[in-house]
Amino acid sequence: MRVRVAVALLAGLLFGAGLALSGMIDPRRVLGFLDVAGSWDPTLAFVLAGAVGVSALGYRAARRMGHPLCATRFDLPTRTDVDARLLVGAALFGVGWGLSGFCPGPALAALPLLPPKGALFVAAMLAGMALHRALPAKS
Amino acid sequence: MTAADALRGVAGGALIGTSAALLLVADGRIAGISGIAARLLGRPDHDTPWRGAFLLGLVLGPVLYAAASGGWPAVQIEAPWPVLVVAGLLVGFGTRLGSGNTSGHGVCGLARLSGRSAAAVATFMAVAVLNVFATRHLGILP
Repeated sequence: MRVRVAVALLAGLLFGAGLALSGMIDPRRVLGFLDVAGSWDPTLAFVLAGAVGVSALGYRAARRMGHPLCATRFDLPTRTDVDARLLVGAALFGVGWGLSGFCPGPALAALPLLPPKGALFVAAMLAGMALHRALPAKS
Repeated sequence: MTAADALRGVAGGALIGTSAALLLVADGRIAGISGIAARLLGRPDHDTPWRGAFLLGLVLGPVLYAAASGGWPAVQIEAPWPVLVVAGLLVGFGTRLGSGNTSGHGVCGLARLSGRSAAAVATFMAVAVLNVFATRHLGILP
């Protein structure tokens, strides 16, 4: 258990440092990517390429392993269907992302740098998550 | 964007990818931020300690970066308060309804070649681009 917690802490540190180094912790840079008709800033595409590339190497390694190094089994998504819930959820997220320039990772990572507006966004985000949790009839 | 920006982007992205690969290879988990954060809102269980540790690391990561590089990363929120609240609610609710966002569907899902994640990424990218076009160039909404 202690090893798993240490691994998660290290993974979180890497994620947060990566957001800071890449500049994606700054909502202005993210909005600059989304603003294709303005002075377009393609940096986010480079970040995504670097992240997906290294992450894919992890998957290649994982596929050859019977179980993770510190756990008994892999806990991966199994669903492959594209349903309305997925697309409506992604669209709602897209509206919020476009309005603010924040997705959950950078919003949390920027928390110590952006008081009090960053905290307000995170509080609203957690409220939105809690609202979803409170809704009945999850398929 | 300068060449240095692109380089920092790829390097920062590689750190994010390393985070996802580490969580997967060591613990068998997906580095999906919205899922990790949202599940901390529920009743504590045996996954609570690692989820809390990941989020603590996420918040401290930029601090570590600042200490190593000798300067805080430039960040600024331009959206006004009411817009931030609406955006936060939409991001929180939408990422749960859609089972993920830029990290879970983007970094992890695309790396797994998941069609479901690709559909989600295409949707939120397209909607966000249209949204920014509408607000910045058509003068709709805030």
